[in-house]
Amino acid sequence: MNLSILVIVPLLTVLALLFSRGQNAIRWLSFAGVTVQLVLSFVLLAVFWKERAAGNPVSMLFEYRHAWFSALNIDYHVGVDGISVAMILLTAVIMVGAVLVSWKIGPHSRVFFILLLLLSAGAYGFFISLDLFTLFFFLEISVIPKFLLIGIWGSGKKEYAALKLALMLMAGSALVFIGILGIYYNSYGPPSLYWPDIHPAVSVQRIFFPFLFVGFGIFTALFPFHTWVPDGHSSAPTAASMFLAGISMKLGGYGCLRVAIYMMPAAAAEYSPYIIGLATIAIVYGAFATMMQKDLKYINAYSSVSHCGFILLAIGMGTRTAIVGAVMQMISHGLMTALFFAAIGMIYDRTHTRLVEKLGGLLKIMPFTATIFVIAGLCSLGLPGLSGFVAEMTIFMGSWQRPETASRLATILACASIVITAVYILRATGQTIMGPIKDPQYNSLTDASWNEKLAGVLLIAGIVVIGVAPFWLNQLINK
Amino acid sequence: MIPLHYILFVSTGLFFIGMFGLFTRRNMITMLMSVELILNSVNINFVAFNKYLYPEKLAGVFFSLFIIAIAAAEAAVAIAIIINLYRNIRSIDVEAADELKF
Amino acid sequence: MPNTAYIILIPLLPFIGFVILGLFGRKYIRSFAGAIATGLLLVSTALSLWVAYWYFFVGGMVNGAYRPVTALKLEWLSFSHDLSIDMSIILDPISVMMIVVVSLVSLMVHLFSLSYMKGEERFATYYAFLGLFTFSMLGLVVSGNIFEIYIFWELVGCSSYLLIGYYYDRPTAVAAAKKAFIVTRFADLGFLVGILILSFQAHTLDFNILISRLLSAVMNPSDAGLASFWGVSLISWGLILVFIGGAGKSALFPLHIWLPDAMEGPTPVSALIHAATMVVAGVYLVARLYLLYALIDPAVTQIILYAGAISALLAAIIACTQTDIKRVLAYSTMSQIGYMMFALGTYHPGEDPALGYTASLFHLFTHAFFKALLFLCAGVIIHNIHSNEMKDMGGLRKSLPLTHACFLIACLAIAGIPPFAGFFSKEEILLAAWNSNKLVYGIGLFTSGLTAFYMFRLYFSVFWHKPATGHRHRQPLVESLPLVILALGAVFAGFIPFSRFVTASGFPDKPSGIGTNAIAPVLIAAVGIGIAAWLYAKASDRPAKAAASLRGLYTFAYHKFYIDELYLFITKKIIFNCIGRPAAWIDRNIVDGFINGVAITTGRISTAIKGVQSGRVQDYAWFFFIGIAGLAVLFIYIVT
Repeated sequence: MNLSILVIVPLLTVLALLFSRGQNAIRWLSFAGVTVQLVLSFVLLAVFWKERAAGNPVSMLFEYRHAWFSALNIDYHVGVDGISVAMILLTAVIMVGAVLVSWKIGPHSRVFFILLLLLSAGAYGFFISLDLFTLFFFLEISVIPKFLLIGIWGSGKKEYAALKLALMLMAGSALVFIGILGIYYNSYGPPSLYWPDIHPAVSVQRIFFPFLFVGFGIFTALFPFHTWVPDGHSSAPTAASMFLAGISMKLGGYGCLRVAIYMMPAAAAEYSPYIIGLATIAIVYGAFATMMQKDLKYINAYSSVSHCGFILLAIGMGTRTAIVGAVMQMISHGLMTALFFAAIGMIYDRTHTRLVEKLGGLLKIMPFTATIFVIAGLCSLGLPGLSGFVAEMTIFMGSWQRPETASRLATILACASIVITAVYILRATGQTIMGPIKDPQYNSLTDASWNEKLAGVLLIAGIVVIGVAPFWLNQLINK
Repeated sequence: MIPLHYILFVSTGLFFIGMFGLFTRRNMITMLMSVELILNSVNINFVAFNKYLYPEKLAGVFFSLFIIAIAAAEAAVAIAIIINLYRNIRSIDVEAADELKF
Repeated sequence: MPNTAYIILIPLLPFIGFVILGLFGRKYIRSFAGAIATGLLLVSTALSLWVAYWYFFVGGMVNGAYRPVTALKLEWLSFSHDLSIDMSIILDPISVMMIVVVSLVSLMVHLFSLSYMKGEERFATYYAFLGLFTFSMLGLVVSGNIFEIYIFWELVGCSSYLLIGYYYDRPTAVAAAKKAFIVTRFADLGFLVGILILSFQAHTLDFNILISRLLSAVMNPSDAGLASFWGVSLISWGLILVFIGGAGKSALFPLHIWLPDAMEGPTPVSALIHAATMVVAGVYLVARLYLLYALIDPAVTQIILYAGAISALLAAIIACTQTDIKRVLAYSTMSQIGYMMFALGTYHPGEDPALGYTASLFHLFTHAFFKALLFLCAGVIIHNIHSNEMKDMGGLRKSLPLTHACFLIACLAIAGIPPFAGFFSKEEILLAAWNSNKLVYGIGLFTSGLTAFYMFRLYFSVFWHKPATGHRHRQPLVESLPLVILALGAVFAGFIPFSRFVTASGFPDKPSGIGTNAIAPVLIAAVGIGIAAWLYAKASDRPAKAAASLRGLYTFAYHKFYIDELYLFITKKIIFNCIGRPAAWIDRNIVDGFINGVAITTGRISTAIKGVQSGRVQDYAWFFFIGIAGLAVLFIYIVT
C-alpha cells in the first residue's frame, strides 16, 4: 500500500474545498474526505495485518523512499509499524468526529474545514515518517493551523490562548529541531536522518536526548510545560479541541516514544528517573489541579495533563509492557478526550455556559449528550470495559516490573491518581448531568442532532471495542 | 604636482560638510543636496586614487561615472518620493515624516 | 466431563439484557423491558441451579473432594509471557454457591421490581442497570483470575453507582452515589496495588497458581528471595492491601461510610446490591484467597479477625439508634458482614482446618435470603407509608399481613432464633470464634444480642407500637411471590448440610452438631427481643428514658460515632483546601506565571528598545554612520 495516499487524500479534499460552492457542499465534501481517510486507515490495518500474518518480519512495512534534498541526504521516507498504524486509526476516527461536530460552524466554514484537514494531513505525515526531517516538516504543518483555528473560531481569551499555544509548541519544535541537527551532524558515517536506524554514540545521546524529549514533551504536556493545555483547549472550538487533545498531544507522545525507545535508549535509561519524576508530578498534580476547576473544558484539559502523564511515565519506565501501555493510553486518551470535548461542545452550544455550577440535570433535558458525557467520564476514571482501564492497567503492570523502590512509589502514586480522577469526574458529572435543573430556560433545549450523535457513537464504539477486546490492539502494537 | 593628500583633504572636507548637512538639515531637498556632496567627495577620491596610484587603468574613472549616473537616478527617485510625501503630509520636513516606526 | 462452555451464558444473558435495554429500552420496548430482563434472568437462574446440581452431585467431586473446574478460559489481555488477564470461568464450591445466591436474589428483585418500579420514567434503564449489575456480579464470582475479579469488581462498583444515583434529580442520591463510588474506589486502590505486588511475586495472575506459588514461596523462603518493606514481607503487604479492597466493598469499619448513604437508591436495589450480593464481595474475595490469608502470616489473619469484629459491634450499636428503616437495615448488613469477616479470621494454626471458612460462607448464604427479604419488606412498607422514618409507621400488622409475616420470619432468622436459617450459620461462626479467640467470641455474642434488639425494635415500631388500623392492602403477585420464596429460604436454608459442600480443603466435612454451645446465643437473643418488646411494642416514654440514661453513648452512636464528620473534615478541609487549592493556585500563578513571565519580560524588553526604531531618517543615518565608523576603527586598528 502506498502510504503517501494518507497525506494526499486530505490535501485533495482541501483542493476540492477551494472550488466548492455553498455551505452544504463544503460540509459534505469534508465529511466525504474524512470518511475516505477512515476507510483508508482500515484498509491499512487490514493489509498490515495480512502482511504480518504472512510472516513479514521487517520492522517497518510499506516503505517508500524518494530523495528530497539529496545533497543533504534528506529523503521523503515513509513506512509503518504497528504503533503507527494504531495512531493513524486514532487520527482517522477523531477526524470524522471533529468534522461531524463542526457541522454548523460559524462564519468562513470553508477555511475552517481546510485548516482542519491540513492538520490531519500533518498528523498522518508525522505518523508515517521515517525520516526525521520529514517528521519535523509534518510536525510543523500540524502546529500553524491551530493558531488560526483558535484565534478565529475560538471563545473566551482566544487571542491569548492561540498565541500561547502556538509559541509554546513552536518552542517545542525548535528544541526538536536542535535535537535533530545534533543527531544529524553526530551520526556515524554519512549524516543520516532515517530514525529507525539511528543510534548515536552515548555521549551524543546524553546531550541531545533532553532537547528531543523535552521538545516532544511540550506537545504532550510535560510538566512544567503543560500550561498551554488548559488555555489552548478551553478557548479552541470543539473540533480543534478534539484534534488538540486527541491527536496533537499524541504527536508528542509518539515522538517521545520513538526517541526514547528506538533512537536513544541509552540516554533514556540514564534520564529515566527525571522522566518518571516529572511524569508522576504531572499525574498527581494535574489531578489535584483538576479538582479545583469550575469550567468543564478546564476540567478536561487538566485531566489531559494528568492522563498524558501516564504516557510519559510508561516511557520513563521503559519496560516492554509499559511501552505497550503507553501506546494504548495514547489511543485511549485520544478517543476519550475527543468524546469528552465533543460532549462539552454540544452542551456549550446549547446552554452557552461551561461552568459546572450553572449547569444541572442535563440527563433529563438532553439524555443522549449526557450519556456521552457520562461514558467519557467513566472511561476517564478507568472503568473496565472501556479503553481507559486497559491502558492504565497495562501501564501499572509494566511499571511494576521495575524493581526500584522509587519507581514502585511512582507507580503507587499513579494508581492513587485514579481515585482523584474519580473524585473530579464524579463531581462534574454529579453537578452537570445529574441533580436538579438549575435554569428553567434549559428545559426547552434540544438533544444532539444526527451528526453529533454519529460522532458520539463512532468515538464510543472505538472506546468500547478497545475496552472489551483489547487483545487485538495489544497484538497490533507488539508486532 | 599637487600631492595626493591635498586632494584627500578636500574630499574629506566635502564629505563631512555633506555629512553635517545630512544630519542637521530638516529640509529634505537640502538633505538630498548633502547626499550629493557626499557622493561627489567619493568621486573625487576615486578619480584622485586612479590618477595617483594606477594611472594606466581607468577603473576609478569608470566608477565615478557610475556614481554620477546613479546619483542622477537617485535624485530623480528621491525627488519623486519627496513630492509624493509633500502631497500627503504637506511638508518636506524630515521630522514630519516619522510614520514608519515601531 | 461434559461440555461446560454453556456456563458462560449465566453471566452473559443479563448482559445481553443490559445491551438490548440500554440501546433500545427508552423508545421501543419500554413497556415490556421488565419482562425481557426477568425472562433472561430466569433462564440464567435455571442454568445456575443446574450447574449447582451438576457440580455438587455429578461432576465436581474427584477422589472424594470438590476440585475447581475451569469451565472456560480465554486470553483477554496479555502483559508478558506469564502475566495475562484471562477471562475464565472457574467452578468450585464457593463460586457455584455464589452463582446460585446471586442469580436467585437477583431474580427475586427483578420480579419484585416489576410492580415496585412500575410507572417510573426510566423503567427500562432501571432494568438495564440491574442487568449490568447481575452480569458483573456473576462474572465476579466465577472469576478464576485475580485481575478478572478486579475488572468485575470495578463493574459492580459502577453499576452500584448508577443504581444509587437512579433518582438522579435528588441531590442526596447523587451525593450518595458519588460517595459510594469514591470510597470503594479508594479501597480498590489497595486492591490494585495488592494485585501488582502479589502477581509480581508469583509471576501469575491465575488464582490457583497464584495461591500455590505464594504458599510454596513462603514455605521455602530461600528460593523466592522474599523482599520486605518496613519489616513486613511484600506478600503480607499484598494480602493486607487486597483485604483493604475487600473491606471497602464490604463496608467494614472504617470504610463503611458509603453503605448507609447508599440507601438513597431504589429499595429493591438495596436488597440486591447493598444487602445480599455486592457487599459480600469482600468476604468472597478473602474466602477465595483463604489459604493465603490463613497460612501465610498470622498477623494478617488477626487484622481480618479484629476488623470484622469491630465493625460487627460498632454497626450494631449504631443500628440501635437510627430511625430510618433502611439505614437500620444497612447497619445491620454491615454488622452481619462483620460476622462473616471475622469468621474468616478465626483460623489459627493447629486448629480444625477451617470451621470459620465454612461458617462464614454459610452465613453469607443464609444472610442473603433473610436480608434481601427484609429489604423487600421494607420496600413494601415504604411504598405504603411514603416515608422511610420509623416514627411515621406503626400498627401495620393488619394492613400488610403477608409483609408482616415475612418480616417477622426474617427478624427471627437474623436474630438467630432456631430453627430459622440465621441460627445455624451464626451458631457456627460463634463456635469458630470460641475455638479461636475468647474476646472476639464475647464481642460476637454481645453483638448477637444487639442484633436481636435492634431488629425487633424495628419490627415492633413498624408493625405494633400503634393500634392496628387501616384496611388490607392488595399486593400484586409479582410482589408477594419473591417475599414468599425468600421467606422459605430464610426458614429452611439453615437445614442444608453446608459443610458437606463448602469447605476450605474441598473435602466434605460432617455437619457440626448443635450442642450446648447454642444455649448462650439463643438466650441472649431472647433477652434482646424481650427488651425490644418491652420498649417498643406499645407507645410509651420508655425508649426516650432509656436513651436519656445512656445520653453520651446514645448521641455518640446516633451521630454514627462522628465518622462521617471526620471524613468530611479530611476531604473538604485537608484534601481540597490544603492540596487541591494550592495545586490549582500554583499552576495558575507559578508554573503558568513563569511562562507568562517569560512572555511579559520579552515584551518589556522590546518596549524598552523599540525607541531606537524612531521613524526619523536622520537618526538612522547617525546609527549607520556610527556603525560604519566603528567598524572602520575596528578593522583598521584592532583587527589588523
